[in-house]
Amino acid sequence: MLDEPRNTQEQIYDSGIAKGAERLTPEKIQRVIQEMLAGEAGARLKTYVETCVHCGLCSEACHFYLSNDKDPRFSPAGKVKQTIAEMVRRKGVVSVDFMKKASEIASTECNLCKRCAMYCPFGIDVAFLMLFVRRICHKLGITPQYIQDTAHSHSATYNQMWVKDDEWIDSLQWQEDEAREEMPNLRIPLEKEGADFMYSVIGPEPKFRAQLIYQAAVIFNTAGLNWTMPATPGWDNSDMCMYTGDNDMMARIKKAHFETAMRLRVKKIVMGECGHAFRSIYDMGNRALGWRMPPVPTVHAIEFFYELLSTGKITVLRKYDKPVTIHDPCNVIRGRGLHEMLRYVAHAICEEVIEMHPNREHNFCCSAGGGVINCGPPWKMKRVNGNKVKAQQLFEAKSKGAVTCIAPCHNCHGGLEDIIHVNEIGMDLKFLGDIIYQVMEKPEQA
Amino acid sequence: MHAVYSFLTGPLAWVAFGIFFGGIAYRLVSRALLARKRDTAVFEYWSFYHALRSILHWICPFASVNSRRRPVLSVVTFVFHVALLAAPLFLFAHITLINEAFGVHWWFMPDGLADVLTLAVLGACIFFFVRRKVRPEVAYLTTAGDYAILALVAAPFLSGFWAYHQLPGHAAATLLHIFSGEVLLVIIPFTKLSHMFFFPFTRGYMGSEFGAVRFARDW
Ligand code: HEM
Ligand code: HEM
Ligand code: SF4
Ligand code: SF4
Ligand code: SF4
Repeated sequence: MLDEPRNTQEQIYDSGIAKGAERLTPEKIQRVIQEMLAGEAGARLKTYVETCVHCGLCSEACHFYLSNDKDPRFSPAGKVKQTIAEMVRRKGVVSVDFMKKASEIASTECNLCKRCAMYCPFGIDVAFLMLFVRRICHKLGITPQYIQDTAHSHSATYNQMWVKDDEWIDSLQWQEDEAREEMPNLRIPLEKEGADFMYSVIGPEPKFRAQLIYQAAVIFNTAGLNWTMPATPGWDNSDMCMYTGDNDMMARIKKAHFETAMRLRVKKIVMGECGHAFRSIYDMGNRALGWRMPPVPTVHAIEFFYELLSTGKITVLRKYDKPVTIHDPCNVIRGRGLHEMLRYVAHAICEEVIEMHPNREHNFCCSAGGGVINCGPPWKMKRVNGNKVKAQQLFEAKSKGAVTCIAPCHNCHGGLEDIIHVNEIGMDLKFLGDIIYQVMEKPEQA
Repeated sequence: MHAVYSFLTGPLAWVAFGIFFGGIAYRLVSRALLARKRDTAVFEYWSFYHALRSILHWICPFASVNSRRRPVLSVVTFVFHVALLAAPLFLFAHITLINEAFGVHWWFMPDGLADVLTLAVLGACIFFFVRRKVRPEVAYLTTAGDYAILALVAAPFLSGFWAYHQLPGHAAATLLHIFSGEVLLVIIPFTKLSHMFFFPFTRGYMGSEFGAVRFARDW
């Protein structure tokens, strides 16, 4: 089995990796790796690599391993062996081809979902190690093309999608206009200083999923909340630089975001339904800036909807009548423990909830996260085929009657959409906001 | 023969124990200093309660999801580690030697029990060896070093058993036993066997992050 070819550069061409590699020499690779190992590599990296007892117990944590016929090269420790462990062992004396493969493994075969840390007896954090590999690849200029482009967008515009400043404001006003047909005195308050919270979304929302902003506005207006959205860069809470290993940009983007909230003197930030953006604010970006916890309290939409529903600020008129299943997004479940609140909300707005198994902290990632979906079309089929276990889970939920899958995360949506489509599962995907907007009691109905 | 014995139980034993304890101390302290410099997160997010909670879940067999998924390995590994630590620590022969040298002694187990534990360790080593051969995901990760370490772990138990039971060539086995025991002590701080003292920190850190920051279980 091990001699069979797998998805390699021979089969998948990524111009970011290929063109970047043309400029590399073994000497440069060695210098960069040695600098990184002597410089940024800290106690965790060394301890993880040295402590691993090669027991293979992490294997079955990983959907890539399970979905690729248990090919050991896709196991968490297998990926470490092929990348950072070898770089450490050989003190950076590795070939250009080795680095191309390392970039592919770290960026397209690991979602940084941290499920393996819950299966390794030592709690070895393979996601942390893969991020370190990505950082080396960033320094060497061999990051996959599509995600590098989004990172460039962040650098140039402070948002992920090359949205221009006026386009952003236009999109908000356009959604406000649309929503006013339904709710005449609805506002999307821009730049309102001292509001209770700033609502922030990811770059793709104004670009592709503007109806989500519309729905959020209806929900917030119905609940009578004192909120605002910024009209300046810093509105985007997403962060692909976190996933390319561009730590300096990660810090700058988050700084812009936090400073925007501080400028508006809001009490907190409420984020849309996105997992990786939450990770950036709550876990990685804040730390890169030296903040133990986010400097402005931040809540994810799941938690916010939980608050609104449990305090009766919004009420449900008629529950969503199709049976739903729940996809737990790793970044807010393993990343923030919102699984019970998610269930509270799902049960409050839906007639019937059918669980997928395993769920909560043990849920499988959608295979889109960790920037993998952002590596773009070249890697799509590898990503989808790398998550047959998720397809299996969805099929099982469907066979028990689930018609709709709730996925409160943008990336999960993208990933699950592809999985559902390619495997012909036939299931609807919804955000919590979609359903709440549909089932809640609105003013004119009251 | 006697000169070799005196050397092994005298100077070399001092060296071996010195490297063992000194090595562990050096590795822990230097790693902690490195963490102070580059991984402030480790100190920042460390939470004794959550660390301990996670460590306990991973030490007790069947207390984690993964452990329940692999009942045979969980039992073998638990018995292996308990026997591995208990046999030499509470062995009559060892305690006698220490008593003669330092005048301190503690509880020792009956020799019959020591035999059982010794055989358990050897049996577990065979199990680990076979597992490395037959499970593809383990075979893929296995290096020559993993086999060597397994052999070095087994060696003092095999030779100790040999010597105690006066099997043919037991005089040589005694020397071999002491020597292999000393080699094992020396390599623990510098190989993957360092997991012995790194375990509380790797697991504890993950437990702290999951428990206190991520509000999620990690077992
Ligand atoms: C400084 C190093 C050591 C010395 C001087 C030493 C000495 C001895 C002696 C004198 C015996 C009794 C043999 C007999 O009755 O003829 C013995 C047995 C034994 N030793 Fe050690 N030992 C050392 C290190 C170790 C280590 C590191 C281990 C394991 C990790 C170990 C495990 C055992 C076991 C399991 C037995 C008994 C086997 C049985 O009763 O079946 N020893 N040792
Ligand atoms: C005292 C604390 C220790 C802890 C908490 C600990 C924990 C572990 C764990 C969690 C594993 C994972 C793999 C498995 O479950 O089989 C393992 C493997 C192993 N441990 Fe330990 N260990 C300790 C001490 C030691 C010592 C002192 C030795 C040897 C002198 C040792 C030798 C081994 C070996 C050889 C393996 C790997 C077996 C294989 O080849 O698969 N351990 N240990
Ligand atoms: S995808 Fe998740 S489980 Fe697999 S190696 Fe990466 S972090 Fe671990
Ligand atoms: S479970 Fe942990 S120690 Fe075992 S191979 Fe995987 S990473 Fe290494
Ligand atoms: S996209 Fe969703 S499931 Fe996938 S890593 Fe992100 S949060 Fe996890």
